[in-house]
Amino acid sequence: MTHDLAMSALGEWAPYAMLILVGFLPTELWRMVGVVLAHGLDEESQVIMFARATATALLTGVVGKLVIFAPGALASVSVTVRVGATVLGLVAYLLARRSVLAGVVVATLAVMAGMALFGGR
Amino acid sequence: MAEGGRGDADPESVLDHPPSASSTPSGQSAFVTVPLPYGSGFLGGLRGGATSIYMVTVVGAYVSIGALGHDFGFPLAWTVLTSLLVWAAPAQVILISALGTGAAPLEVAVAVGLSSMRLLPMVVALLPLVRTPRTRARGVLVTAHFTAISMWIEVMRLLPRVPREARIGFANGLGTCLMGAAIAATVAGYHLAQTLPGLLVAGLLFFSPMSFLFSALRNARIAADWVALVAGLVLAPLLAWRGVDLDLMWTGIVGGTMAYAAQRLREAFR
Repeated sequence: MTHDLAMSALGEWAPYAMLILVGFLPTELWRMVGVVLAHGLDEESQVIMFARATATALLTGVVGKLVIFAPGALASVSVTVRVGATVLGLVAYLLARRSVLAGVVVATLAVMAGMALFGGR
Repeated sequence: MAEGGRGDADPESVLDHPPSASSTPSGQSAFVTVPLPYGSGFLGGLRGGATSIYMVTVVGAYVSIGALGHDFGFPLAWTVLTSLLVWAAPAQVILISALGTGAAPLEVAVAVGLSSMRLLPMVVALLPLVRTPRTRARGVLVTAHFTAISMWIEVMRLLPRVPREARIGFANGLGTCLMGAAIAATVAGYHLAQTLPGLLVAGLLFFSPMSFLFSALRNARIAADWVALVAGLVLAPLLAWRGVDLDLMWTGIVGGTMAYAAQRLREAFR
């Protein structure tokens, strides 16, 4: 309710206010905390290891969600094709001796090939 | 030394590596610094960024983000501002897709904040490498804002070969170069999504999640990394499918805890 009122008052600037509030600030916060903590914090500490593990899980979590519940133009290709393309990318990554570029390029080409073969918009 | 220089560190740089991030400022003369082929300071950083292999993944990921901004109906200026202000591709993908599908602002803020948490240890690991006793807070804040996965990996790899007093300039130059390329790529991706057929747009959209996934695989080093990687990949879609609220938040907390526990167990039995 209050949210809707605020939105209409802000008008076309609402998306920009949202960008600052829920995009910029939640991200920049961690960078600033990092600046404050950087004075005397053990790089190998348990807290850092936990934060790193949490961030990694979130990162691959976003990937998993985007592959399974795909947005926009990707949604028109079946989930089997998207998962299959990811697996092909993994094979290419391993065959090319752990090359990030090989994995990304093969997965992307595979999803497009799958879309061309099995339909899409 | 933090994990930046692992795997792909060249044998040369091992010779001139500082013994630790907290080496004394006067320790500079204790080891010979092999100059980088593109010099040091801000201009050296610009050149270091322009010749980085990560330039390819940054441009690809941000063309993808530009296309995503267009497909979710945001203005071009707004989409470009996310690259300038947020400057973290996963956070931008969450921000654009969540706001675009009408998620509650608080939920978006929590998801973006949790995905950006990885920036904290990166900044903590990076700053001791660039600081000198004369370093001003302002310079460090700029370096902190430029800190993102691609910039961090490259800077951690190259900084040991840059003289300490030139390191902030080098880091900011490298950050400026990668962010400038990202902004140009965002504009390009936005326009491409307007003009390209759906098949190619789908390819663009698929590029950024795949670059996150294979970068995470490449950077995995200890047991905690591997467990977190697999747990995230499985948990997030599972929780979302089951309709659990704040699925991404729980993925981070549960996956991170599992990974941490696995690492402690492994160390205990070694």
